[in-house]
Amino acid sequence: MIGCTGVTVSLGKQVILNDISLQVERGQWLSIVGPNGAGKSTLLRYIAGLVPGSGELRLDGRPAAALPRRQRARLLALVPQSPIIPEAARVLDYVLLGRTPHIGPLGVEGPHDLAAVHDALSHLELLDFADRLVGTLSGGERQRVLIARALAQGAPIVLLDEPTTALDVGHQQQVLELVDRLRREHGLTVVTTMHDLTLAGQYAERLVLIDGGRIVVDGPATEVLTEENLALYYGARVRIIHDGGRPAVLPLRQRHAKD
Amino acid sequence: MRPASRSVAASQERSPPALRPAGLRWPWVLAGLAALAAAVLAGLVIGPVPVSPIEVLRGIFGLPTDLSAQQIAIVEQIRLPRVVLGLLVGATLAISGASYQGVFRNPLADPYLLGAAAGAGLGVTIVIAGSADGSPTPWGAPLAAFVGALAAVAITYALSSSGGGRTSTASLILAGVAVTSFLTALQTYVQQRNQDTIRQVYSWILGRLSTAGWHEVRVLLPYAVLSWIVLLLHRRTLDVLAVGDDEATTLGINARRARLIVVIAASLGTAAAVSVSGLIAFVGIIVPHTVRLLAGHSNRVVLPLSLVFGGAFLCATDLLARTLSSPAEIPIGVVTAFFGAPFFVLVLRSSRRLGASP
Repeated sequence: MIGCTGVTVSLGKQVILNDISLQVERGQWLSIVGPNGAGKSTLLRYIAGLVPGSGELRLDGRPAAALPRRQRARLLALVPQSPIIPEAARVLDYVLLGRTPHIGPLGVEGPHDLAAVHDALSHLELLDFADRLVGTLSGGERQRVLIARALAQGAPIVLLDEPTTALDVGHQQQVLELVDRLRREHGLTVVTTMHDLTLAGQYAERLVLIDGGRIVVDGPATEVLTEENLALYYGARVRIIHDGGRPAVLPLRQRHAKD
Repeated sequence: MRPASRSVAASQERSPPALRPAGLRWPWVLAGLAALAAAVLAGLVIGPVPVSPIEVLRGIFGLPTDLSAQQIAIVEQIRLPRVVLGLLVGATLAISGASYQGVFRNPLADPYLLGAAAGAGLGVTIVIAGSADGSPTPWGAPLAAFVGALAAVAITYALSSSGGGRTSTASLILAGVAVTSFLTALQTYVQQRNQDTIRQVYSWILGRLSTAGWHEVRVLLPYAVLSWIVLLLHRRTLDVLAVGDDEATTLGINARRARLIVVIAASLGTAAAVSVSGLIAFVGIIVPHTVRLLAGHSNRVVLPLSLVFGGAFLCATDLLARTLSSPAEIPIGVVTAFFGAPFFVLVLRSSRRLGASP
């Protein structure tokens, strides 16, 4: 569904991503993890077409560079980490923006688009929120609105940039459960960047660990989230606890000699 | 593969959704048209020579009237062109301001943001100072204002995109500030060197519709209508741009190109308006914001309603400008700010107090 071959992204003289090759299968959930500044968000933004780079990107088997902008937007939706919420935007109007790639450049939405938005809102149990202002919602509700917009976009690929940042643990789980349910029901291909390794390991089928702009480990959570890998790439001292085949990461405090 | 189309079909089998997206509502359209009609009628009948509004209405609808030939001449040749010009200038400044505010995501953006006013001011000052008796040909000042305004916006755009090729909204606004300061400094210098013409320059800068005739209307009309059409066609695109360039891009919009088109259209309309009326302040800020506070923030509402209410607003303020200290005229730019600012504060306060969520 997504294919990167030899992707290199530079910002000025600094190389942010270095020769990345990555295939994501249809319906898969891939999480990109890595220490701060490793290039996680840049990789996501490269796939979303927001940063230029050398190498080849294929979406749904087609070279992304040859896709017209709107067609690309019908294939791929992005849920940004810190979205700009327009002043006084209602939930309905905000989610309706997701229909933009299906509406002509100068047109307005029709009944078909309203139906798609109705569908997205009802999937995310947001119908009662339709007239509320996005700016007045809580963090968890707002994240659901963002996901509703991506769902209304009708794209088979959904990218989520740090979808759980700034949410409490309960809402983190709710949002990720929701993404997983939508992925199964709609056959979505999901790529997320994740700060929280335990959540990444619990939900994603596959993890890619990036360090210094390169993919250093790629595989199922149990292979990527090991005490050795986290010590090597994060400089972290952790214990990995396995719960039903899914790893959880427990950070340990450095013990001093006298302890 | 296309999950949405499947679910859309499913939802269409259910009842149609009772969702009402942002858009123009009939009450606001009617209110706008009523305000416009009232302002036009008042502009036609009020003045030193009184004319019955009923007779004027009969005349408009082609019925026989009791108006004298002199009254008909006053209404048709003096008041009507001035009213029409007020409508065109007000509508153009208001919709340009609304578009600038949308495209720059900046509530303080006005039609003169990118240097149009300073460019027009410099152009007019040079022409007035350069003419023998301080009164240039009828064509001189408008042409200089038009060229000056467009040149200033072009310089602003070129400056902001010179550093790396990508034009961000912040660099565009900063370039506009720099160009405005530079051109204003030049204008002040030229003016100081030609102090005998300071009065003409000043009266032009404060804006006026007093010299309006059908000639000015014909000059402005094509540019105004072209810019209205382009801006109105981009009303939804402006809503998409409100979520930022990156997100607009992932929604399939070419943010840079859309912004450039909107800026060109709004600047063209502004330059044409400035060339016939001088610098009329405040219309481009006050009208769109009042519309936002009352009728909602979507550009699909703000742009068309700004057009209508902007025309009505300038028509009404021009009426005040020419009647308040009749037979003398107050510069219209003074009236728009003097009455506009308190009115705007009133709207702002009442919308806060009501906790309005437009």
